[in-house]
Amino acid sequence: MTRSSFALLLAAASLSAPLLAQIPYDRLLHAADTPQDWLSYSGSYFSQRYSALDQITPANVANLEQKWVFQARSIEKFEATPLVADGVMYTVQAPNDIVGLDAITGRIFWIYSYSPAPQARPCCGRVNRGLAILGNTLFMGTVDAHIVAVDAISGHLLWNTKVADPSAGYAITHAPLVVKDKVIVGTAGGEYGIRGFLAAYDVHTGKEAWRFNTIPGPGEKGHETWAGDSWKHGGASVWMTGSYDPDSNLTYWGIGNPGPDFNADMRRGDNLYSDCAVALDADTGQLKWYFQFTPHDDFDFDAVQVPVLADLDWKGARRRVLLWANRNGFFYVLDRTTGEFLQGAPFAKITWAKGLDEKGRPMRAANMVPTPDGTKIYPGNQGATNWYSPSYSPHTGLFYIPIWDNYYSVYLNEKIQFNEGRIFAGALPRSPVALIRPPQIVTRAEEDGYGAIRAFDPQTGERKWEYKMTDVTDSGILTTASDLLFVGGREGYFMALNARSGELLWKAVVGGQVSAGPMSYSVNGKQYVAISAGNVLFVYGLRQ
Amino acid sequence: MSSRLFFLFLLACPLFAQSGYSPADIAAGKQLYRVNCTNCHGPNGDSVSGVDLGHGSFRRASTDNELAAIMVQGLMGTPMPPANLSDEQAHQIVAYLRSLAAATDTPGANNADLGHGKALFDSKGCLNCHRIKDRGSRVGPDLSNVGARRKRDEIERSILDPDAEVLAENRYVRAVTRDGATFTGRILNEDTFSLQLIDSKEKLVSLQKADLTKFEFMKNSAMPSYRDKLSGVELSDLAGYLVSLKGL
Repeated sequence: MTRSSFALLLAAASLSAPLLAQIPYDRLLHAADTPQDWLSYSGSYFSQRYSALDQITPANVANLEQKWVFQARSIEKFEATPLVADGVMYTVQAPNDIVGLDAITGRIFWIYSYSPAPQARPCCGRVNRGLAILGNTLFMGTVDAHIVAVDAISGHLLWNTKVADPSAGYAITHAPLVVKDKVIVGTAGGEYGIRGFLAAYDVHTGKEAWRFNTIPGPGEKGHETWAGDSWKHGGASVWMTGSYDPDSNLTYWGIGNPGPDFNADMRRGDNLYSDCAVALDADTGQLKWYFQFTPHDDFDFDAVQVPVLADLDWKGARRRVLLWANRNGFFYVLDRTTGEFLQGAPFAKITWAKGLDEKGRPMRAANMVPTPDGTKIYPGNQGATNWYSPSYSPHTGLFYIPIWDNYYSVYLNEKIQFNEGRIFAGALPRSPVALIRPPQIVTRAEEDGYGAIRAFDPQTGERKWEYKMTDVTDSGILTTASDLLFVGGREGYFMALNARSGELLWKAVVGGQVSAGPMSYSVNGKQYVAISAGNVLFVYGLRQ
Repeated sequence: MSSRLFFLFLLACPLFAQSGYSPADIAAGKQLYRVNCTNCHGPNGDSVSGVDLGHGSFRRASTDNELAAIMVQGLMGTPMPPANLSDEQAHQIVAYLRSLAAATDTPGANNADLGHGKALFDSKGCLNCHRIKDRGSRVGPDLSNVGARRKRDEIERSILDPDAEVLAENRYVRAVTRDGATFTGRILNEDTFSLQLIDSKEKLVSLQKADLTKFEFMKNSAMPSYRDKLSGVELSDLAGYLVSLKGL
């Protein structure tokens, strides 16, 4: 290289330097202003999984065609929602390889491979649901309960912090959430008798900044809701990404089930903050309010659903709310500033409760508890919905939920001893619907469970439409500004519905279980829609 | 290991010997299996694709100790978690799994005249719909391993009163296409947009629901009742023969 050409290279590098500060915090705060990117698990801090892109419409969606696929080198199913920033896609092939791809062609720029410790033992698959990004740094939780920071341009490790002990059953499976200069993660392991927590880490150093124990310790408020020493192994895990309201500086998270899952007699009391929505100060982790959906849970009704934030006209006044379709079968509307219960009603068949009282506390139905011989109860163990992302469209004003209906389990109850690192659930329930790894052949009758997408008006709770599926679905939902709704299912289809009517407009065969949420992005003015199915990532765009 | 511990270890070994399980071990194992394993593996041990726990042959273990170790330690790289079981409890589940493979379902089956049962099966028209190994029709459920999947009383009930319980996977479906063609057969698979079946001519048929004007599942079984067509001894021998069918 000549001296002059070297100088030119240096000049070019210095000119391009500002571009390298890829995602400043301001872009996360105003993600809606750059709909060509998808910068966090749910697309924005409000977690509506809504895209303002509108090039693909109900009129032309039939012209969607597959643009590229990425086949993960993993036998584990794909649960990640990709991120896209400035034309580069970042996703995770299970368990913990970060892949940087050209978002137009799917060609790989780099792969960062992380080898989890052999002690890692997530209950329900060695899965990962995605990444967070800030500046030039990607953040990933790992199945052996570490959080790593990786350079988004080179794919090189920047720091690696141990969050918890994997041999005790701790794991991280959800996408982290970045707020300001901190990255927040929670710990899975609710079936192993962990004591759950959320923790924030400095984005530059990986040093822990604050920690919120999801089970209060001795002397802390709420500790009295756990009998005896049951708090020590009470679970209350975190395995789905939270949300953030910049105006109040509150970050919202859903907390998992108490343990042992199916033997509530071993942990008398309400078991705070299991099955709660919690609102924490994003700077300190201090609890501002909580709302418990299922006190003294017998059924493994994790409240890990993605907290969806919306600003609604509510009985004549503007109100900041949380929309929450819970695994227990009730759809709640909460005031997100105070945690006040505003409204709640079942959205699928339930028999475990008769309804909600004026404060939103469930009124339990008689004899609807696990027993040694088994009790048939609706919804079943996987819930009327679960971790699958719902969507709120500000354009239609509707809230969309992936639902399992007519779904029951026979819940059993048995004493269990705590052994560190072993399953601490009590007797596991039975159901005609397979738990996580469904069979590829379905001959089940409709009365034994089916799937649906339902649209609700959050202001009235009224159901506006239903799109029924033969099998249940583990897919998240994406809505767009052109009133399209994208969703998949266990059957191996990926579909576009009219978000106002539920009418099927387009479908593609993806040939594998969809256990991820769709997302949309655009590059060079062309809109794409991405979905993971089986262990493959599919990307669709309009036929030219 | 101290000599005393070694002596205790020797004493404990017979409990875990390959085939020295007591009825109490098997009963305890059955209960433990029900509350720890059924959720994923199903009541018959065959709900996980490619895994069949009920026939004494395991992909990742051959000895009882290896089986028990999988239960206690889990299987890395698979959804199989480490169960909260003592070694003794894990071996009790092994005892139960071994008993599934080894035992006929009820003592009555041992007393059945299996040859007579087979002759009845061949002569009473069962092969017109059912298949055993390489004989008979594929239209009805294949019975080559029915003894591993169904209990004796369930088999007798199906013979006498086929409508009493029609398993979801054995339902018959009738579909009419827009051009008037009618398809009747046993359901093989169904999703939101399509269904797959085997028709009365043993042909595999795949239909798009959008092409159908009518699509219904038959409420009753396609099988006739043999309530008045078999004596008590014949029923016992026929059921005994079917219970003896454990697959290849």
